[in-house]
Amino acid sequence: MRECQIVSRKFELENSHTLEVVKAHGGYETLEKLKSHSPEEIIQMVTDANLRGKGGGGAPAGDKWKLMPQNSDKPSFLAVNCDESEPGTFKDRQIITKDPHLLIEGILITCYAIKAKHAYIYIRGEYYAYQKILQSAIDEAYEAGLLAECDITIHRGAGAYICGEKSALLESMEGKRGHPRLKPKQKEPEWYFGNPTLVNNVETIATVPFIVEHGADAYKAYGTEKSPGTLLFALSGHVEKPGVYEAEFGTPMMEYINHYGGGIKKGKKLKALIPGGVSCGVLNAQEVENLTLDYEALRAVGSSLGTGGMIVMDEDTCMVTALKNILEFYHEESCGQCTPCREGTGWVDKLVGRILDKRGTKEDIDKLLEVADTMNGKTICVFAPAVSTVIVSFIKRFRDEFEGAL
Amino acid sequence: MNFNFTEENLAKIEALKMRYPDPAALSLPCLWMVQYQEGYISLDAIDEISRRIGTPAMEIYRVATFYTMFHLEPQKKMNVQVCKTLSCKLCGSDEILEHLEGKDVNIVHVECLGSCGTAPVMQIDDVNYEELTPEKVDSILKELT
Ligand SMILES: Cc1cc2nc3c(=O)[nH]c(=O)nc-3n(C[C@H](O)[C@H](O)[C@H](O)COP(=O)(O)O)c2cc1C
Ligand code: SF4
Ligand code: FES
Repeated sequence: MRECQIVSRKFELENSHTLEVVKAHGGYETLEKLKSHSPEEIIQMVTDANLRGKGGGGAPAGDKWKLMPQNSDKPSFLAVNCDESEPGTFKDRQIITKDPHLLIEGILITCYAIKAKHAYIYIRGEYYAYQKILQSAIDEAYEAGLLAECDITIHRGAGAYICGEKSALLESMEGKRGHPRLKPKQKEPEWYFGNPTLVNNVETIATVPFIVEHGADAYKAYGTEKSPGTLLFALSGHVEKPGVYEAEFGTPMMEYINHYGGGIKKGKKLKALIPGGVSCGVLNAQEVENLTLDYEALRAVGSSLGTGGMIVMDEDTCMVTALKNILEFYHEESCGQCTPCREGTGWVDKLVGRILDKRGTKEDIDKLLEVADTMNGKTICVFAPAVSTVIVSFIKRFRDEFEGAL
Repeated sequence: MNFNFTEENLAKIEALKMRYPDPAALSLPCLWMVQYQEGYISLDAIDEISRRIGTPAMEIYRVATFYTMFHLEPQKKMNVQVCKTLSCKLCGSDEILEHLEGKDVNIVHVECLGSCGTAPVMQIDDVNYEELTPEKVDSILKELT
């Protein structure tokens, strides 16, 4: 397996979060030659590299950057998404604590390209200890004069999963409840107080310095054709060595688990795996054996790569309990704007609870699928459709366990 | 009971106003300041935030009640927030919750804290305690009380 460290290169250095250490290891060097490129050229580099958003959706970053107006009388903004609330995901945290200056460097390049003078980093409220490390790096950057042309402000959330959704994030940054907005019909930027705004994930932005420094082809040398580059994949649950390890897209899943994760905990057998945060459909062991870590491979089996945060479950795991656990999360976190989501998340949680308590009937399983169907595609954001996909994936692969629990 | 921001916080609010296109953006930062200053967010404090940033008090109240980390009541006991989401559940959060039962703390079940790789975890006053065992919980609580 090829080692690759595009984002995690400096993670293991002592005091890697300080300007001094980072500078000694090539940090901020791209800024020197940045001005020799026009903003359009930078956007083109990111487009050519086919950098895909690392916050879960995998949308091409270049396409989004191109939507930002180059000549506007309104100010443009960058909002960096560090909400990181998708269960199983803990990678952005590594960046902001182990190499916050890489993020700052990425922000400066991005703001130059989209002509923004102010970037906000929206960070989940529970990350306060890590926020302080990030803030001290920003303070250092201010002192060193690095932020003379672009401000960076951290905006702290306060406990709401839905604020990771980009429009909810902007609502929250406007001082409101984190309610997702209706999607526009045509492609356009996001809006912050009516001003054009780009929203990207922390890791996406932290990848930009590598691309500007080494070129689009160097990035594409990793990964697959359609999913180029690397991702900070992560492992949690029943593995020997959970953690965040960067790997290239296209890496065989099992190889990743064995190489970095040291295999399944206590030598047990793998039963199931959720590939990229709980919003991705569950996979059975046989699928995991045959799959590679890229967007296309996972989509082909009806799941998705999500954030790359894999949750591993061994042979002793009860799948009904696992689904119940996930549904409790969704029930708790629905923002409540759409009826199918607000009511549906409670309903499916109750139904699976009943099955788990051995009070369920065969009709309950059908009912579960029926309610899941009403949640798919009829809501403001994709939260509810994700719940639907998750339910269907569990029943499809582990139906016998649900029936056995009746 | 009236609420007043400390001088330090007032200065922070003025400085923050320069960093946003609209002072309405300051509702979350102000709510955080109040909570650190007083331990919870009173209705008087909400009125004061409203005066400072020009957002109706009702809207600030709506915001304060939406986000789970804001307390609208004084907190009587130490809040021990235990993650109960999947990775922690798979790695033994139930055992931690059971162990905490009956102790003189307020047990709060929370969703994923972004420490899934070091599960099970709990958070007390902005600090994550990871790779918990019942013994570890005891020594942490002993240290904090
Ligand atoms: C319910 C929901 C939660 C999300 N949570 C996050 C999150 O915590 N962090 C994140 O970067 N993106 C999250 N996203 C994706 C964002 O909406 C957005 O697509 C992303 O931040 C864009 O950045 P990227 O293209 O660089 O990935 C979430 C989306 C949804 C629908
Ligand atoms: S789908 Fe759910 S989370 Fe998304 S806007 Fe509707 S109610 Fe809110
Ligand atoms: S599941 Fe507990 S920290 Fe993520």
